[in-house]
Formats: sequence, structure tokens, C-alpha cells
Amino acid sequence: MEYEAVIGLETHVQLKTHTKMWCGCANEYGSEPNTNVCPVCLGLPGALPVPNAEALRKTALTGFLLNCDVPSYAKWDRKNYFYPDNPKNYQLTQLDFPSTVSGCVEFEFGGGVGKVRVNRAHLEEDVGKSFHFSDFSGVDFNRAGVPLLEIVTEPDISSPDMAYEYLNALKSILEYGGVSDCDMEKGQVRCDVNISVRQKGDTELGEKVEIKNMNSFSGVRRAARYEISRQMEVIESGGELVQETRRWDDDAGITDGMRTKEDAHDYRYFPDPDLMPHRPSEEWLAAVREEVVELPLARKRRFMTSFQLPESGAEVLVADARLGDYFEEVSGEGKNPKLVANWVINNLRAKLVETGISIADLKFSSTAIPELVGLVEEGQISSSIAQEIFADMFETGKDPKVIVEEKGLSQMSDSGDLEAFCRDAIEANPGPVDDFRKGKETALNFLKGQVMKASRGKANPQVVGDLLVKILNG
Amino acid sequence: MPNSLTIHRLIERLNSGDVTSRQATEACLNRIQSIDRELNAFIGFDSEEALTQADVADKTRANGGEGALLGVPIAIKDAIAVKDHPLNCASKILGDFVSPYDATVIRKLRNAGAIVFGRVNMDEFAMGSSTENSSHGPSRNPWNIKHIPGGSSGGSAVAVAADECVASLGSDTGGSIRQPAALCGCVGLKPTYGRVSRYGLVAFASSLDQIGPLTKDVRDSATMLQVIAGVDDRDSTSVSEAVPDYSSNLTGDVKGLRIGLPREYQVDGLDSEVKDSVNSAVECLAERGAEIIEISLPHTEYAIATYYIIATAEASANLARFEGVRYGARVNGSDPQEMNSKTRGIGFGEEVKRRIILGTYVLSSGYYDAYYLRAQKVRTLIREDYLKAFEEVDLIASPTTPTPAFKIGEKVDDPLQMYLSDIFTISCNLAGLCGISIPCGFSKHGLPIGLQLQGRPFGEPDLLRCAHTYEQATDWRNKKPKLD
Repeated sequence: MEYEAVIGLETHVQLKTHTKMWCGCANEYGSEPNTNVCPVCLGLPGALPVPNAEALRKTALTGFLLNCDVPSYAKWDRKNYFYPDNPKNYQLTQLDFPSTVSGCVEFEFGGGVGKVRVNRAHLEEDVGKSFHFSDFSGVDFNRAGVPLLEIVTEPDISSPDMAYEYLNALKSILEYGGVSDCDMEKGQVRCDVNISVRQKGDTELGEKVEIKNMNSFSGVRRAARYEISRQMEVIESGGELVQETRRWDDDAGITDGMRTKEDAHDYRYFPDPDLMPHRPSEEWLAAVREEVVELPLARKRRFMTSFQLPESGAEVLVADARLGDYFEEVSGEGKNPKLVANWVINNLRAKLVETGISIADLKFSSTAIPELVGLVEEGQISSSIAQEIFADMFETGKDPKVIVEEKGLSQMSDSGDLEAFCRDAIEANPGPVDDFRKGKETALNFLKGQVMKASRGKANPQVVGDLLVKILNG
Repeated sequence: MPNSLTIHRLIERLNSGDVTSRQATEACLNRIQSIDRELNAFIGFDSEEALTQADVADKTRANGGEGALLGVPIAIKDAIAVKDHPLNCASKILGDFVSPYDATVIRKLRNAGAIVFGRVNMDEFAMGSSTENSSHGPSRNPWNIKHIPGGSSGGSAVAVAADECVASLGSDTGGSIRQPAALCGCVGLKPTYGRVSRYGLVAFASSLDQIGPLTKDVRDSATMLQVIAGVDDRDSTSVSEAVPDYSSNLTGDVKGLRIGLPREYQVDGLDSEVKDSVNSAVECLAERGAEIIEISLPHTEYAIATYYIIATAEASANLARFEGVRYGARVNGSDPQEMNSKTRGIGFGEEVKRRIILGTYVLSSGYYDAYYLRAQKVRTLIREDYLKAFEEVDLIASPTTPTPAFKIGEKVDDPLQMYLSDIFTISCNLAGLCGISIPCGFSKHGLPIGLQLQGRPFGEPDLLRCAHTYEQATDWRNKKPKLD
């Protein structure tokens, strides 16, 4: 019997905002416990929520990035459940009128383009974090009230690998759009997986199992793989699958039953009376649309077609969005975008890593790299001199031409100047000269090297080679 | 004595130097000392802090400072957050909780120079109509201490009627300001929903709650509303509608004002003395040029059922935060669930539990559509009834309560009877209108009777003008309960 998996994902992503969803407390990871708190996010008696305009904007922006509709009416609902990390013992969320609906994510998968439809991305609030000590527990409410986007897909995912690629694509879209840092280690992305298995060709879905507690994308992939084979085994052995929620145990590599449909929560949703519905105006939506950036896949394709970059180079510039932005800024209308890209990808990136300096703090101007490329192209400097100039301009911020001037690094192409160097080299190295005359071509490279060394790299190697041959044969 | 003065008389005397704020505050504190053992209006107060505020006010006035309430002692319902003061909502569950912040209305009172002193009694979490549901024990009606003062803002009404303060703040979810004002013989105003910030008011039913003043006359009501009204960026449901000058609108003229009498308010159980008093009041207004028009509010009979579904549903979520994890009383348990149920089991009173259970039920899966959703639809119909009526009339007149104050203990075992005492006040909250109760007579047993006027959303100027005209035409306001 052949089976197929049907997978849907619910991904929670913390929005990158200055303040929390309903109050002015900092949205900041890593502070001392219970320092970014106030009456509102602690759920003190009498406190009321006020929506964060930045979070509303970033939610709509995410909607646009995920090709969603942003409806002209969205509202807030209370989801009621008791838990010590839930300050009001209800969570504010969006049940039936979410801020964004009906989108899709496209990504490279299996040699083609994978497409997963997004049912909705709705805004809600994060809860606090529980800590358990030997004889008591504590809750840190710094995270409580941080804006959280829940992105729900349609069951369009057919394999654990596809789920993994979807998540990576989603992450890069959100990072690109500047809506979330998506740092898994800081808990900024959390993911639940819905999986069912059915016989290939069936149109009806099998019983849905929700898996929780994966803390990495590869964990999601592992959990999905395990769960699919578990469900297939149950069917194969004549058992029956039930709708349930299971917990992924990453160490053991298995899923465990948490609760079945019968003991599912009744969240008693109802519209929140403390908040007015959000009715984005056309002007507001237009302003948000202005902030929409090009998505990674589209950018990669454009880099490859417009700048003739190889796929690997385009990928580097897309993966590091700021490096990509810098490349676009400096290459501009330049003649040699491909060479500029090489400098950015190889030399600049290495320097940035080595020194820990960020692009924003670069000392040299945006015209420096194209200028450097131009000098090499025009034969004014050798590529090894170019390396030296690059190191200098990175250090001092001086323009390449200024450095060439100051250090006298201009390439020596004049045969009159170079002849002396060549004659010296011939005189000092009778052995290799002999070898050359006996027909050993490689001996010429040695002599060339000596001339380059004596000229401190400034000699034009092409001219030097010609000159040496001319003298030796002369 | 300065404690028996209205705000405007006290301000006159403070300005003329006849009396100081310290003296006025001391007079209130002395009055509490001498009669509150019997009335139980106050849950707590800090004499020293009140006098310090009074001294600051006196100094400010001496230095030429001004303020609409400069030096006026005002008592606060125990549901409104006052920084560094306990906040209990007359419940055991809040334990030793002290508010770390001021409600917006408190901030506004302070800015106007008021002496914010004393927390006054109420039904626990504002759930009740008699102030009997208080962990602090019932308050008593100053006109007859065997009777209830009304509720839930019973302490606020008693403190004003018995001159234990000059004015007070209460909150009104289904009549909780107007009903006790009527039963204690003072003026109680429920502003339009959104007119006054709810930030810092412990929520009972968020879509119905509104803070308002209880005062000795209508002019004071206008003054208090002037101070506390206005949009607040901490309350998304507050409205940016401009705040008019309420006091300057008290012209004493009601000529041409159209007053509606709802046919549906002729209910069984309407006390004949109440009915007669209200009819006389309406006649009095007609004599002064108001036009009296019979109107219909066809969905009135569904108001109480609608209210008890919506209010309890909201309350069931609003009160979920009281479980002892972050603040308040806590009873430990072997796990969070046990801790919750023990804490809430002991901390909440019977009526609060009844309403939480009711609210939880109407929101439950499978019942939501039949109860909560339907109630919201009926609420819309009730609001539409009113908006339609307000095309024909400017105000609606009725009794505030069907009977004068009943006896303490009389209805405690019959919650449904208790709920019916809100029959005339509840629709005003469901429809988001403004309403006021003013004294319009006494029963033969000497208990006050209240006239209720309701106005369209943000119709407070007409409401106050009409109430003021009637008040000035009569002398009910000059009668004081005999307590000494």
C-alpha cells in the first residue's frame, strides 16, 4: 500500500517592535526577569490594553509579503484558559476576523518551485515564561504581551523536507521584511505541525494529529518523519488513528500523546470589549505597501539575470540581505557588476567577519569598490596590489586612487623603467637564465617573480615577461 | 458644617477664606468617625494622608492656585485604582493588594485639586444592587438603617447623602450609580459609554462599565463630569468627542425640550408612590415648557435577560485574572489548577461565583450562539429602539427604581427579585446612553425616590440642564437624613 502525508504548519513568530503589543514596555529579550513589566502586561486590576500601531503595521506588511489580503475589518477576541504564565488568564487573539488572510509562500524545492498557501496570519500576544525550581515555580512576564504573529498554512505540504524548506523560506521572508528576527534560540519562532496520513489517491483527509514542542526547523522535520511512519504503522497493523495532540520528545526522537479531542480545551472565545476593531484605511494600507521589500527568491533571480551573477554568488547576496543591499548600492550603474560582486562576496565579507565591523560602519565610500575594480580593469594596478589597496581603504577609508598616488603603487608598464629590473634579475640569476636558454620555459616564471619582487609588485607582469624574453633572446 | 456643603458652595467658601480645605476634610473625617460605624460606607481611609493633601490644597490656594475641585474631599469606590492605596472591590480575593498606579479619573481629580480620600463600600466586584454582597459587610441607608442603600455603588451614595464627603465616584454597569443615588436621595450620573476613561476601573463588564459622580446637586454633577470626561490614550474605548462646558449649560430653561415616557415602563411591581412622584416630576417639567411625548421601546422586556448574559460573559473573563499567581490572596495547592480553584473558591463571594458560572456557561461551545450571540443581537435591537425614540424626543423620563429601598436581607435569597430592581436602569448601559438620577420625593416611610432621565449618546448637556431645572424647581435636595 502506498501512503501520502498531508501536513499543515502553525508558526508563531514574535514581531520585531520597540514595545509590547498593548503597553509601552520594551519588547526586549534577555532582561532581568520581570523588569519589562507594567500594570497592563501583568494583568493588574483595572489596566486596559491599547494596540501597538507598529505591530499593526508590521502585521499588514507581513500579509503583503506573504501575498495575503489585508481585510478592511479585523477584530480581537479573548481566548480563555487558566495558566500561571497567562497574566489575564485569557489571551487576546484574532479568531474569525484576522488581520491578514489567503496568501501563499513560494520557495525553491525539489528542483522547482514549491508553493504553500497561507490560510491566515493573525496577531496575538505572547505569554510569560515559567521556571521551575526545586520547591517552587516562578514566572517571568517580560515576554507577556510581546506581539506574536500566528501564520497558519493550508494542508499543502506533502513531506517533512518540504515543511523544512517552507520554514526556511518563511524565516528569510520575515527577516527580509524586517518584521521579525526569527531567532529560534530566543524563542522568536515556534512551530506546531498538523499531520495526517492517507492512502495515495484518497481525497478525504485522515485523522489530524497536532505535534507540539519542536524547537528547531530540523526538529520539525524529524518529528514529521517520525510521526508519518508512526501513523503508517498504526494503519498497517489494523489500528485506528484518533484526532489528538502529541508532544515531540527530541532526545528520544518520538512523539507522545498529550490529549485527545475529548479533553480538548473549550476556549470560550468571544470578542474583546476593551479593544475597538481595527479598520485599516486605504491610505494606511498604501503607506504599509510602500514598505514591502523584494522577497529573497525574486531577488536571487534578479541578481542572476540583471547582473549575470552565478547562482552561488546570488545566493550569498540574498542570504545576507544587508550585504546584498550594499552590493546593489555600490554596483549601481557600474560597468562590472560581476567583478564588484566578487569583491563584495569574497574580500569585503571576509573583512567584515574578521573585524566584526558592520556595513553601516564602513569607512570607505560606496564608490571605492567600483573604483578599485576599474583600476584593475584599466591595467593601472595588478590584482595583488588591489588586495593591498583594499586592506588600506578598509582601514583608513581613503579612496583607492589616493592610496595608489600616496604609496606610488601605480603599475609599471613602461619598458624603459622595467628594463633595469629585468637586467638586474638576469645578472643575479645565471642558473635560471641558463635553464631558460636550454629551453626550460618555467625558468622564465622564476625570473618574472624576481622582477615583480624587486618592483614591489608594481610591474605589469605581461610587459615584464615580454621584456625578459626580448633581452634573453637578444 | 463644610462637609454638608455642595462642591460649588464649598469652593465659594474656600475662596472667600471662610473655611480651609483642612477644616472641610476634618469635618468629613469627624462625620465618618461619628456615624460610619452605623452606616458602613467606608472600607478604609487614611486621615493623615487626606489632611496632607488638604494642606497642600490650602497652600496652593493661598499662592493663587486654582482648580475646579481645589480642596474638595472626594470619596472613591473601592473599584477604582488609587496609587499606593489598597484596591479590593469589596472582595477577599484581592487580599493585601495595593495599587501601584492611579486610574485616569484619579489623575484628573488630582489635577483639578481634589482631596482623593477614602475607599467606599460596594457590592463585591460591582455585582449587586444593595451593597449586601460586600466582604466588608453591608452599607446602610442613611434614611433608615434597616434598609439597603442600593448598589453596587452603595458606599458612594451613602457617603454623599450622609455628608461623609462632599462628592464621590462610583461606577455604573447596569444602574450601579443611579440606583443607589435614587435610594439614598442624591444625584447620580452615568455618563455616555466612552465619555470617561475606564483605565483603572476594575472591570466587571467592560462594554457596559462607566465611571460617574455621585453628588449633592446637579451643578456638582456637571462640575465632576467636566473634570473626569475626555478621551484617554490608555482606554481604546474612550471617545474623542469634544467635552462641552456642562456648567454653563445649566440655564434653568427646558422650554421646547421633548421628554419621552416609555409605554413599556408601566411594569407590574412598580410602586404607586414611586409612580406618583415621577408623574409629578414630569408635570413639573411640563409646566416649565417641556413637551411630554409617549414613546415606545419595544424590546424593553428583554433587557434584563440580555444584560445578565452579556455582563456575566464579560465578567467571567475579566475576573479570571484573580487567582493569586501575581497578586492578592492565595491558597496554595499541589498544582496550579488546585491553587486556582482553592483561591477562587475561598476568595469570591456567592454572587460573584454565580455570575462567573453563568458567564462561563453562556460562552461555552455549543451554547454561544443561543445565548451570547443572540444577546448581542437583542442588544443591538434595544439600542436601535432608543436611537429611534431619540429622533422624536430629547430625553426619556422614568423612575430610577421600581420601589424605594427594600430592607436589608429582604432579597438576598432571591437573586432574580434583586435583578429586577435594575429594570429601569439596565437598558441605558446596553444602549451606551447617558443617564442621571435625581431626588423627586419620599415615600410615606421617609425613603427617597429617584427620577431617572436618559439622554442620547453624548447628550449630557440636555440631561444636566433638564435635571437642574427640575431640581431648582423643587427642594428635595435640601432634605437631609437625621442621623445624630
